[in-house]
Amino acid sequence: MLPAIEIRGKPASEGIFTGPVVNLGVTRLASRPARDAAVERAELESAIAAAIAAVKALAARNAGTAADILEFQIAMLEDGTLRQRALAAIKQGASAADAWWRVLENEIAGYTNSNDQNFSARGADLRDIRDRVVRKLTGQDFAQMKSGSIFVSDDLAPTLFLEADWSQGGAIALRSGSSSSHVAILARSRGVPMVIGLGEAWPNACDHAIVDGTEGLVLAAPPPALVDIYTKRSAAETAQRDHDRKFLLAPARRRDGTPVEVQLNIARAEELDRIDPASCDGIGLVRSEFLFRDAASLPGEEEQYLAYRGILQWANGKPVTIRTFDVGGDKPLRGLTAEGNGNPLTGLRGVRLTLARSGLFRIQLRALARAAIHGNLKVMLPMVILPRDLEQSAALFDRCVAELRNEGVNCARPPLGIMVEVPAAAIAPELFAKAAFFSIGTNDLTQFVMAASRDEACAAELEEAAHPAIARLIAGVAAFGRENGIPVSLCGDMASAPQHLPLLLEAGVNSLSVTPAALARVKSALSRI
Amino acid sequence: MNDWINASVLIAHDIGLHARPSVKFTKLAKGFSSEIEIASALGGPWFDAKSIVRVMAIKAGTGSTLHLRARGSDAGAAIATLSGFVASDFDKDRAYAASD
Repeated sequence: MLPAIEIRGKPASEGIFTGPVVNLGVTRLASRPARDAAVERAELESAIAAAIAAVKALAARNAGTAADILEFQIAMLEDGTLRQRALAAIKQGASAADAWWRVLENEIAGYTNSNDQNFSARGADLRDIRDRVVRKLTGQDFAQMKSGSIFVSDDLAPTLFLEADWSQGGAIALRSGSSSSHVAILARSRGVPMVIGLGEAWPNACDHAIVDGTEGLVLAAPPPALVDIYTKRSAAETAQRDHDRKFLLAPARRRDGTPVEVQLNIARAEELDRIDPASCDGIGLVRSEFLFRDAASLPGEEEQYLAYRGILQWANGKPVTIRTFDVGGDKPLRGLTAEGNGNPLTGLRGVRLTLARSGLFRIQLRALARAAIHGNLKVMLPMVILPRDLEQSAALFDRCVAELRNEGVNCARPPLGIMVEVPAAAIAPELFAKAAFFSIGTNDLTQFVMAASRDEACAAELEEAAHPAIARLIAGVAAFGRENGIPVSLCGDMASAPQHLPLLLEAGVNSLSVTPAALARVKSALSRI
Repeated sequence: MNDWINASVLIAHDIGLHARPSVKFTKLAKGFSSEIEIASALGGPWFDAKSIVRVMAIKAGTGSTLHLRARGSDAGAAIATLSGFVASDFDKDRAYAASD
């Protein structure tokens, strides 16, 4: 029996689907010589009008997000700007289809070149508009998108998604695509599994496949035994997810009713757009170095202030813990770290790197102090090893606050805590008795204790086991915190894995911070412990 | 009558003037008879605030400043309404929060 061909992409909407593959056609510009300009003009006008009518009809059948996306397309189609440009091209001798295509191509390039993915992802909406009008003009028609199929294409237009019938399930497998595209947002809201970024590796003769939107991969031409395994896994996952979902909005409690604090880890402000603040006890970790990853250089005080304020406003009074830039080692940041140093064991990283570049650190601390008045902000230092890492940062923070007050700027000095993620700090937490709180970072702690880089596949096996050494370190930190009135939480991946939860609770950890996708799963698991 | 009324407003919304707020923004602008233009820099270039194609093409992201100008009989009201809309985070627009 031949094994399935595994094609790796990226997850865009979770879930598993097995079924027949339908290759979606690509709208092509079939050029032909232009006829009389008046004829071309009339054809273009009528094709645009038909496109508007079709999208409006679709909008009438949809609500919420889908309706918003369609309304955007209707507004773009109704706007005279694109039409005028196309009419000008027709006047110069272009056919209606050529003119519309060229004008839209130009406009699309402006979007896809943007570094801001909220804008670059809108290129797909413009392609949708371009293709709908061109298909009308050139008489191209797509095969009906049959329910219960896997649709394979470069990218999928949002209107085609909405026109398709998903009643018998289905999945989307895209060669390119983006997880912030409108079609990805729609797929997540309808529970349609979707994988993006599959590249050109798609085999030619493949009429059956498994799409695993949770792992972000496609198994083409799977043997029946594999289909069987996935069908069972899919059913089990769906049942578990449906069960877990019931716990999402309720406060987290153990079986005996003991409350457990469950907060969220986030890296980008956009992640919060899909989360109800009622579902969590706050944000336990904002990885601030990722908030600005797309920027060409480190952002200034104002931009940082706005980003932090936005998160605090979302939390609406619930605690938000922002970790100062954790860069260096395996996380380089342009303009701050030396090029080409990927060794995680480098001495200058995390808080020591930012202390060494205090000009940049001051900008961040000032922005944080200004944002602090908008909510319940806590600030956390990464990779703390020596007591002076905390002392120097606290002194610098105080100076920044004093400066701002001198300048007449409204601000507050948030409590300053530390990440316990280097064995030195986990073994000797008493050195940091002045910290306002401890947050145990099990990802780095595990790799340093186990001598296993987390980038290597073999390390997974070591992490899976939850070595007693890790458990003992966690218990020691939790006990020190309890005896000295220092709140302790845990924000590593261990907190998101149900199999590790009994060990963490046993070690005395009563506050967890988890990845948003694991929130319902963790709460559900806690209720059984 | 031919003088522009100007305003500048900071975009604090965490995604910026993206698709949905742009639809609302141009709808609001079309409610005024005055000529209304927007720019991402004070020196221009200036674009028609009633055209969503133009407004989106500015790609006004979070933390950027949007410049507005209007002239005509209701220019003052237009500037007040549109800058108020931007300053209120586009009427507290939450990007695609509801269904998923």
